[in-house]
Amino acid sequence: MITSIEELQELAQMKKSHNENNPKEPTIDMSCDFYTKQTRIVLENEGIIDPEDIEDYITHGGYMSLFKVLDEMSPKDVIEEIKISGLRGRGGGGYPTGLKWESVSKVQSEQKYIICNGDEGDPGAFMDRAVMESDPHKVLEGMAIAGFACGANKGYIYIRAEYPIAVKRLTRAIKQATRLGILGANIAQSGFGFNIEIRLGAGAYVCGEGTALIASIEGGRGHPRQKPPHLSDHGLWGSPTLLNNVETFANIAPIIKNGGAWFKTIGTKNSSGTKVFALSGLIKNTGLVEVPMGTTLRELVYDIGGGVENGRKFKAIQSGGPSGGCIPEELLDLRVDYESLKEVDSMMGSGGLIVMDDSSNMVEIARFFMDFCASESCGKCTPCRVGTTQLTQLLDKFIAKEATMHDFVLLKEMCLVVKSTSLCGLGQTAPNPVLSTIRYFEDEYLAGIKDD
Amino acid sequence: MSTATDDRYKALEKAIKKLGYEKSSLLEVLNSAQGIFGYLGIDTLKFIAKRLQLPYSKVYGVATFYNNFKLKPKGRHNIVVCTGTACHIKGSEKILQKIEQRYGIKAGGTTSDEALSLLTARCVGTCSVAPVIVFDEQIKANVSLENPLCDIEESIK
Repeated sequence: MITSIEELQELAQMKKSHNENNPKEPTIDMSCDFYTKQTRIVLENEGIIDPEDIEDYITHGGYMSLFKVLDEMSPKDVIEEIKISGLRGRGGGGYPTGLKWESVSKVQSEQKYIICNGDEGDPGAFMDRAVMESDPHKVLEGMAIAGFACGANKGYIYIRAEYPIAVKRLTRAIKQATRLGILGANIAQSGFGFNIEIRLGAGAYVCGEGTALIASIEGGRGHPRQKPPHLSDHGLWGSPTLLNNVETFANIAPIIKNGGAWFKTIGTKNSSGTKVFALSGLIKNTGLVEVPMGTTLRELVYDIGGGVENGRKFKAIQSGGPSGGCIPEELLDLRVDYESLKEVDSMMGSGGLIVMDDSSNMVEIARFFMDFCASESCGKCTPCRVGTTQLTQLLDKFIAKEATMHDFVLLKEMCLVVKSTSLCGLGQTAPNPVLSTIRYFEDEYLAGIKDD
Repeated sequence: MSTATDDRYKALEKAIKKLGYEKSSLLEVLNSAQGIFGYLGIDTLKFIAKRLQLPYSKVYGVATFYNNFKLKPKGRHNIVVCTGTACHIKGSEKILQKIEQRYGIKAGGTTSDEALSLLTARCVGTCSVAPVIVFDEQIKANVSLENPLCDIEESIK
């Protein structure tokens, strides 16, 4: 059992000197451009610590932030620090984390919950999987600090069943932390207790949406509901609930350790810190990259990604998953943050970036995403259930080159209807890939219109 | 076999007990049941409804809402073709077609000798090595479009 910050430091020191006497060979060569151009905060321990060994995490400064919080900070101080940092939700929405925590902390209630959203469903995104698999304790530490700040003593991690290794490592991490008294009742004799349980998803994209995720944890179909009431008032089992994404929680310990002001110096004015992107598609270097907000797409694609594969021509980069858009070459100098991506009809989303070369047909890509949304629509509201299917069928006409000018007008109109009348984020953003490809690659749609 | 003597139902009962017969543990129970039986048969769903004191319609509704729950038995082996964005633009459609043709089944189907089930996944989160397929829980990276089954075809019996 570890009952004080001194004991934690002692353990870290002991292991550290042991490691210095028995140095390990580094497993990856981190001296190439792919790594040197990155700034690693969320992924600082990836490939460095053993994710199945809590002591290794502690040796690298782990749980020091949680103990610091319990030792010398009030819940108000913690929230203030997060507010100063300017951290925004990394699940894609970009809502200021400090404000979210504050609203949960202000609600009076016997029971509150902290939920970690590990239902990373966007195809092309695997940041959260990497964090949960390579540094599971960091997520637990962030959640426990959130629990203290918001006055919650119970946390859930909702993970998609497609990630069995993440489930295994987090289960193990929870066990280890509980055994050392870092989770459980009365942590470090502070009077604060916090427990975490894992809940498995079962393959439903819509469960990434907050209210649907909660319906799923409660054992039902993942149907979203109208907001308000917001989760901060009426969340899991009707209690005030804080829901944050894996990557958001992974940012908490570093912010507490180095201060909110430090975090604020990284990134852009309105989007501070770093963002982890999953770089994939037709590009030379694929993988996870963590860069300061405001890095340009060109740097991501060419400096870090090494450019397009097989010497072909770059055509577009897709961001934001099925809710995002395709960004063309002329916008590659765009500095990536929440606002700038929205301005070009895309969005940050969870951080998947997929590079396409000139062999990709943009109408076909738009259809791919629409088909995804149609089959993942939960069916609760009509615009999403019917609209996405109708849009898929319309796009089919363009691909078969049998569309008419009237179809083109209808396509644009229907996109706006689905966007503005759907109940939850899935339907509200489903038309984005179509709208963004119409904006930048209109000629490919016009090519699908048959001559009269 | 009746539910009283089947060991698998005993294992399921144990799992339900561990979750405290809570109605809200339905998803956990369904996940465990699928782990035990390999799929969720009508009898299993009725058994769960009874033990959790839930209407059968609710259990059936939840089981059919989520993609991972299978209501039919799976083959001895299974191949999951990832159809996520990165795999898609690298030709996962072709991989799926090749396998469908080779075994004469469609995605979601099982061969008549029950040797193989073919499934698709929305994204298995290994986009940097796309295109991928998952063969019996093992991820196969950078799959060839021409010959996607080159090194696993022999083990499918």
